Order: sequence, then C-alpha cells, then structure tokens
Amino acid sequence: MRLRLSLLAALFLAFVLFLAACSGDGGANPDESSDDAAAETDETADGESEGEAEEASASGDGVLVFARGGDSESLDPGSTTDGESSRVTQQVLEGLLTFEKDSFELKPALAHDWEVSEDGLKYTFYLEEGVTFHDGTPFNAEAVKVNFERWADPEHEYAFADEGYVYSMYGTMFGGYKGEEGHVIEEINVVNDYEIEFVLNQPLGFFLQNLGMSYFAITSPAALEEYGPEINENPVGTGPFKFVSWTKDDSIILDKFEDYRVEGLPKLDRVIFEVIPDNAARLIALRSGEIDIMDGLNPDDAAGVEAEDGLELLTRSENNFGYVGFNTQKEPLDKVEVRQAINYAIDKQAIADALYAGYATTAKNPLPPGYLGYNDDVEAYGYDPDKARELLAEAGFEDGLDIELWTMPVARPYMPDPETVSQIVQNNLADVGINVTIVREEWAPYLEKTLQGEHQLFILGWSGTNGDPDYFLSSLLHGSNVGSSNRTFYVNEEVDELLDGAKRAIDQDERAELYAKAQELISQDSPMVTLVHSTPVMATTSKVKNYVPHPSTSESLAEVELVE
Amino acid sequence: MVTYIIRRLLMLIPVLIGMTLITFSIVHLIPGNPAQVILGETATGEAIANLEETMGLNEPYFVQYWNYLLDLLQGDLGTSLRSKAEISSEILPYIAATFELTFFAMLFAIIVGVNAGIISAWKQNSWFDFLAMLFALVGVSMPVFWLALMEQWIFAQELGWLPAYGRQDSRDPIAAITHLYVLDSLIHLDFARAFTILKHLILPSIALGTIPMAIIARMTRSSMLEVMKSDYIRTVRAKGSGQFLVIYKHALKNAMIPVVTVIGLQTGVLLGGAILTETIFSWPGVGRYVYEAINYRDYPVIQSGILVIAFIFVMINLFVDILYKKLDPRIKY
Repeated sequence: MRLRLSLLAALFLAFVLFLAACSGDGGANPDESSDDAAAETDETADGESEGEAEEASASGDGVLVFARGGDSESLDPGSTTDGESSRVTQQVLEGLLTFEKDSFELKPALAHDWEVSEDGLKYTFYLEEGVTFHDGTPFNAEAVKVNFERWADPEHEYAFADEGYVYSMYGTMFGGYKGEEGHVIEEINVVNDYEIEFVLNQPLGFFLQNLGMSYFAITSPAALEEYGPEINENPVGTGPFKFVSWTKDDSIILDKFEDYRVEGLPKLDRVIFEVIPDNAARLIALRSGEIDIMDGLNPDDAAGVEAEDGLELLTRSENNFGYVGFNTQKEPLDKVEVRQAINYAIDKQAIADALYAGYATTAKNPLPPGYLGYNDDVEAYGYDPDKARELLAEAGFEDGLDIELWTMPVARPYMPDPETVSQIVQNNLADVGINVTIVREEWAPYLEKTLQGEHQLFILGWSGTNGDPDYFLSSLLHGSNVGSSNRTFYVNEEVDELLDGAKRAIDQDERAELYAKAQELISQDSPMVTLVHSTPVMATTSKVKNYVPHPSTSESLAEVELVE
Repeated sequence: MVTYIIRRLLMLIPVLIGMTLITFSIVHLIPGNPAQVILGETATGEAIANLEETMGLNEPYFVQYWNYLLDLLQGDLGTSLRSKAEISSEILPYIAATFELTFFAMLFAIIVGVNAGIISAWKQNSWFDFLAMLFALVGVSMPVFWLALMEQWIFAQELGWLPAYGRQDSRDPIAAITHLYVLDSLIHLDFARAFTILKHLILPSIALGTIPMAIIARMTRSSMLEVMKSDYIRTVRAKGSGQFLVIYKHALKNAMIPVVTVIGLQTGVLLGGAILTETIFSWPGVGRYVYEAINYRDYPVIQSGILVIAFIFVMINLFVDILYKKLDPRIKY
C-alpha cells in the first residue's frame, strides 16, 4: 500500500510540475515586462540607482507595508474612479497641482505657478523645469498636452478605447469629451516647453480644483507609446516612488525614485501595498508587526487601538455623507410638510452612535463641513416627533400613512450598515404613525430603479473627490441631473440658478455665497434627510511618523518615515 | 485501460459544453446591468449605453454565447473588464497559489487523517479511537473562518510564532518563476526563504485541511473496519501475520478505495477555491479571483474562472477513476 500512496504523491507532484510549466510560460509575461521596465528605467535614468535601491530593500530599512482591504483596479489613474487605485498612483504619478496634506486647499505640484484670465476662460501654467519621468523622458508641456488629449478624445492614439478604456472621471469633471456640447476645454496650447495654456469655452469655477485630483496625473508619453494598453499595469510618472511590480490581489511594490524633483524626498526606500481583505486579520497583522499602516479599521476596534501601546489611531476628515432621500415627485412625498415631518422624526444622533462608534457627526447639509461655502447657519432638523406629527396633520395625514423605504444592499464608508439604519428609520417613523415597508434590491437594480423613480424613500450617500461643493450639490440636487445622479427628483429653479452661477463664477468668495444660499433653500425644501458624515478610522504602528490621512482617501507617502 | 481513458475523455466533451452553458447562463441570470455596476452610482445614462456597446452586452444572448464558445476553442478565455488583461495568463498565478495551498492542506489531511483512521480502527473502542473520532466530529463541524481567526489570534498575535497572512514575507518578496513559491525558492536554492514560505503555509493549510482531514479519518476508519472483517484478512491472520502487517500490508490497500474517492473530491473542492480561507489569510487564489470578479460583475472573469475551476474538478475526477483501476484491478468498466 505504501507503494500506492507514493504513486498518489508522485502523481500530485507531476501535476505540480505541469502547472509550474504552464504558469512559467504564460504567467511570466506580465512580470517579465515589468521587470524589463524596471531594469530599463534604471539604465536610462541612472545606472547606479539600481544597485542602491536593491541594497536598501535588501537591508529591510525604510520599507513600509501599507495594508488595505482590496486590490487596485488599474494603475492608469485617468481610466479609473477606484480609490484603491489612486492610493497607489498618487505615489507614482503627479498632476499639475495637488492638495494640502489634510485638506482640499490647492498647492503647486508639476506646475509651480499659474494665472487665470479675467474672464476665467484662459488658464496658464508654468511648469517645473528639469523634471524627468521614471523612464528618463523629460517632463514638459507637450507631455501634459498628450495626457489631456488622451482623456478627452476617444480617437486619440493613446486613448485605447477599443481595449475598454473609459476616462469617466474626466467626463464628469470637464463636462464631457471632445466634440460634446458640455466639454469645457476648447484647446490646449503649448507656449514653450515649460508653459502651457488651457482655453475654455465657458468658465468652470472648479477647474483648478479638478487639476489637484489624483485622477489627472501625468503619464510619460514614452511609456504610453511603449506599453500601449498595458499602461494600466506599468505606470510611469514623476512621483516620489517608481513602480516595481504588481502581484494581483496580493501586493504592489514601489521603490524610491532617486531623482525625485524635491530634494530629500522620499524618505522611505520602498513602499509595499498589501491586500488583506479581512478587517480582523489586518488588525492582527498590524499587532504582530507584519504591516505598518492599516486602512479600514472597524469603528468598534478604534477604542482598543487607541489604548494599546505601540499602535496609533488616526482619523480622516469627513468627506462624505449618508442620507435618506425622498422621491419628491411621488405622492405623498411631493408635499413639503411630509418631507419635513419625516426629517424631524428620524433620530440622527442615535444612528451616528449606533453605527459608527462615535466616529461620525450628524449632518445638516448635503456637504461636509470644511467645504467651500458650507452653511453653518442652516438650522438642523432636530429629533422632534411631536413636531413631526403636527406637520403630518397639517398635510392631512393625521391617521398615518404607508410608505416604502428602499435599502441599499452594500456597505459603504458613509453607510457601514444600511440594514440597521433602515430599521432605526422604520421604528422612528412608526412612532409618528408612518408605516414603513422595507424594500430590498440587488445593488445594480437598486441603482437603476432609483434613477427611474420607482422608489419612495431610499438610502444612499455620496463621497467627495475634488473637494468642490459642485460635486455634491449639483450632482445630487440640480434639476438637470434628474435621471442621471439626482435620485430625489428634486427640481427647484432657484436652486438650479444658484448652482449654475456658482459653477461659472471664478471668484471663490462669490461661489461660497451662492452655495451657502443654495443650502438654505435646499434645507427648507427638505429633499433628503441628511444623516451623518463619517470619519473613517485607521491605525498605524508607533514607528510610522509624518503620516497624515487625506480626506480624499489617497495621500502622498513621500514624507513618511519609520522611526524605531 | 487505454480505451477506457479515451472513452472517458470523449465523455468529457458533452460535460464541458454543459459547463460552458451553465456558467454562461448563471452570469446572465444574476440581476443587474454590468455596465451600471462598473460605472457606479455616479454614472450617466449615456456612459452606460456606451459601455454596453463596447462590451457587446447589446447582442442577443445566443450571439454572446456563440462568440464566447468560438473564443474558448481558440484558447481565449476573454479579457478582464477590470484589469483589461488576458484572463488566460492572468489566472495562472492565482491557480498556482491555490494549488500550493491545496497541496499542503491535503498533505496534512491525508497524513493525519489516514493514520488517525487506521489507528482508530486498529484500536477500536480504545481511548484513542474515541478521542480521534471526537476530534474528527469537531473538525467536520467547525466553521473554517472561526478556526482561521483563532489560529491567527493564538499563533500570530499572542505567541508570534507564525505569520498572520500572505504567502511570503512581504518585505522581502521572491522573484517568482512558477508562482509556486516553495518550488521557486528551491529553484533559487534559497532554503531560508523556503522555510519562511513554509511557515506561511502552516496556518492556512491546517485551516483548510481540517475538514478533509476529519472526513478522511472517519472514512478510513469505517472502511478499515469493514475490510478487517473480510475472509481474506482472516486467512492472513490464520497464516500467523502480526497485526501491523495485516493492517498496513493487506487491509489498507482495499480499505483505501472509498478513501481515494473522498480525497479526490476534497482536492477538487479545495482547488475550486477556498474563499473563506483565502480571504482571511489574504491568499491570492482562484477563489478570491472569482469572488472579486463577482463583486465587480466582471462577466468574462466569472465565466472563465468558474469554467477553469469546473475543468480542474472534472480532471481530478477522471484522475481518481483511473487511480481506482490501479488500486483494484478487479474493477471493470
């Protein structure tokens, strides 16, 4: 029998070898090309840097392991809207502008200065000189132009539209693509190597704000030529770290870029982004020292981490909000009294306490505090069941009414447990005589049907990207977005006018005023119950210094250090 | 034997066609428009229409299925919507990861399970028998994710003996050749690294191997007890053979036949992706690959991933059938 067992073992081994042979042939391709890329980068950029980088990584000093819950989708920043992708591309590529460490305040990146014409139609950027991409290509105005044209024009030779590349963030932020009516960028003129001019066909109040987004980072044109549609696995930029390798659903390795344009940065030699899907397992890995930074801490674990020696608790500023929306064109929610009544009837503080372990603040505007034009004078709808009953009676519903509440089936940072929220809402509304039936749908049909207006009450939320109020207020509440992202079917011409004015205005104070006014009107009309702004929590070991979480969820690690 | 294998291979054809039909239909019966899911809650109607066009989702199902089959025949598993890479090459490192884990999990399950079963049968109704069978019962019933988390908590966090996650020391990654990291490190003649990688395999292998181990132990015990009652064993005994020789030389071979079936099926199940274990130990295997694809409604990856898993399962069954014949030449087909 031993013979038979060993036969079994031998056959297993044969299968191992068979598989090994297979993966040796096919699987090696992407890796080989990335290895080649790294080698070439080193040869062309700086012969010595290769040796140095290897020494550094071998010694294990200055190697930071950043663990997150999911893998990146694409390392070509323009072609994705995925937060796990920009977390990585932020290290490898840079845009013309960037944000301050902990806010959406703009600061220079590849452009050191910029000018805006009086009419707000011409933006001139003065670019950093002597900057090279990781592959040795010099950075210049032409490179900027190529990147923007690639996003704008599906016919562009580097657009790779046939391979399924879609630059949806560009379309959202700049009003569409080349040739479309809403597209704001008329032309891009290269004045000289270090001066570039954007000509718009209509003013866009948040044009500069857009350029700070990690999605509009500049890729080396030579790399676009070399890798073609495989650019999403071979990012080449000017950032503090250069790309080394990517093992899918496992790890992404970045090494220090020796010729980074800022002297003395980055401080780390190597950054490794690890995927650890389970929150509890990720925390164990942090405690055992296998990783240095973990994203996505359960709010319930935050207190434990804070009290623990050797670990630090960090929070991101709020950049989102969760809400219960009304279909304002459907009975009985077309009556403003009913909407206001429901707003008074829901105990927002109870929801913040129950679900976010205190790491959330109740919301009174559909805009996070700290945003341009955030209106702190708006009076919040406090928890007041008596007033709710009064308002319902006023609207003619003193005998109560039946209503459907649609619940989203997935968890989001702004809504970690939609099921519990819908139950709290159900209980709250039962107290004032509203009988709520909870409707459950799969995620895709949920999004589709709420766009088509099949719902009455629904639960959803929104997260910011470019730090501009337009992305919150216009997307969710502008009348022209009914059927595309306005699921409350809220149309108020006065609000629309204010939002349009703010979108076109160049002066930021003027914009702030317009947005503040819009929030007041919105609050009165009550098209949604704004519940909470959540503050995501994360943890690091005490060795990690200078790490500042950014509200956009992706931050540069250039200044981060490891101190024993 | 050869004709039998050829016949079995021919029988595979309708099975494979059936598999493609099922994987194709399942994906299209899931509610939801993939274009909507891919573009998320901020998508406009126009963008959704454009994406449907480029993905060919507008075509009738039959046309979509036919195109899918034609591509498959050319060895083209399609292109991932998420990564835009060829699935046929992208999936290989995942298969290697799953294979490595399955190999060590089954090694653990077979060595411990078969021997525990034999000894239990040998010392039937002894304290060892009771203990082993109690352990097996617990093993079969234990939720894998709970066992995995307990392992991590005790051996990684509290004792610090073993790593909590991953296939290797992430600070010092291997230059992958076959993506079977143990094999790779041996090819590099880097034994220190092989040791580290084996250490990473211990906890997930035990977590994954516990259920098959328990099943194998119970199966071996009952099959062994049955064989021990048969006439030829009595004859062997009458000839004066010692108990050890009776069991390991004469009884085991016949007792193994049902056990081999179980081993084959369990191997197939584990290779099909142990999503829970792979998720908790951050093991980038096929189960995770398909799971992530489902979240993203990455149709081509779901189709091809399930197809590959089903294919492996079918091949292992074929392999087990052939092994039967080797184990017991009396079996006729």
